[in-house]
Amino acid sequence: MASPVAAARDGRDELTLPELAAVPWRRREDAGALVRRRRMWTGWTLAHSAPFIGAAGLLTALEPMSFPVGLAALAHAWAIPELYAARGVNVVRPKGPVSERAEQVAQGLLGDLLGHEPRELQRSTGLALERGALGTWLVAEAGALLVAPGGRTVHCYCVRATDRTLPPSDRIAHLLLGLRADEQGFATVANHAFAGAPWRVRRRLPAYMRPALAVAVDAARRQD
Amino acid sequence: MSRLIRMDRTGHSTLAEWTAGDEAGYEAAAVAFREELDRGYIGVLDEGEGRATHVRELPHEGLVILRAPIAGG
Repeated sequence: MASPVAAARDGRDELTLPELAAVPWRRREDAGALVRRRRMWTGWTLAHSAPFIGAAGLLTALEPMSFPVGLAALAHAWAIPELYAARGVNVVRPKGPVSERAEQVAQGLLGDLLGHEPRELQRSTGLALERGALGTWLVAEAGALLVAPGGRTVHCYCVRATDRTLPPSDRIAHLLLGLRADEQGFATVANHAFAGAPWRVRRRLPAYMRPALAVAVDAARRQD
Repeated sequence: MSRLIRMDRTGHSTLAEWTAGDEAGYEAAAVAFREELDRGYIGVLDEGEGRATHVRELPHEGLVILRAPIAGG
């Protein structure tokens, strides 16, 4: 009897995600693209923060009594990157109502797809851990975090199943299967929302999700 | 036992099951598979150990999962 893989060979889609046809203008995401994205976000953050920090320093130097304005400028310098990080982390927040019965069924299938440790982690944090070539992924209902090898950068992707009636675990399973079939294609189809240091993402994550990020960062460090 | 399942609002639905050598069962499953592809579903063969493959024809054995397309949010 042929193995499932051999039996499927005639009909397989050459490991590419079919959804790539919907975004033909996008270049396939690879490790180099991730580095460029990290640099762009670092530059973007500096470009937003540095003028406020400079203005605060200059104002205070010219007129010490203007320090309240300087403080306001520093607050802006701090808040803008925080808002970007919050936008990035929003991709993994739970979405929509849950049908308990459907969710139980979906959770069973998702559990079958995950190994023992990722299954336990997913049940406690809502995030499914998946090791890939681009880094370590944490897959949620409508988005995913990718911790790049080395564990120093987290990329936030917004991506979801087009069927909005699915229970949460099925939404995760949709993304997980797409990711497993074509990791680069998955990252290409998804919308990149943010890239930054793990600590910036962590402080915006709901507390119950933070252990998953810690595990993913640890795994990514070992990938370096 | 091979299975064809579709992820849907109920969690998932088993559309067909067949065993090795059961050609009639396989053919019925293949018809159901093609119907779901025509409705826009995507077939994925779960290969275990973190691997999966998109399929356009139903494999003779394995767990085949039908999923909806995904898109950037």
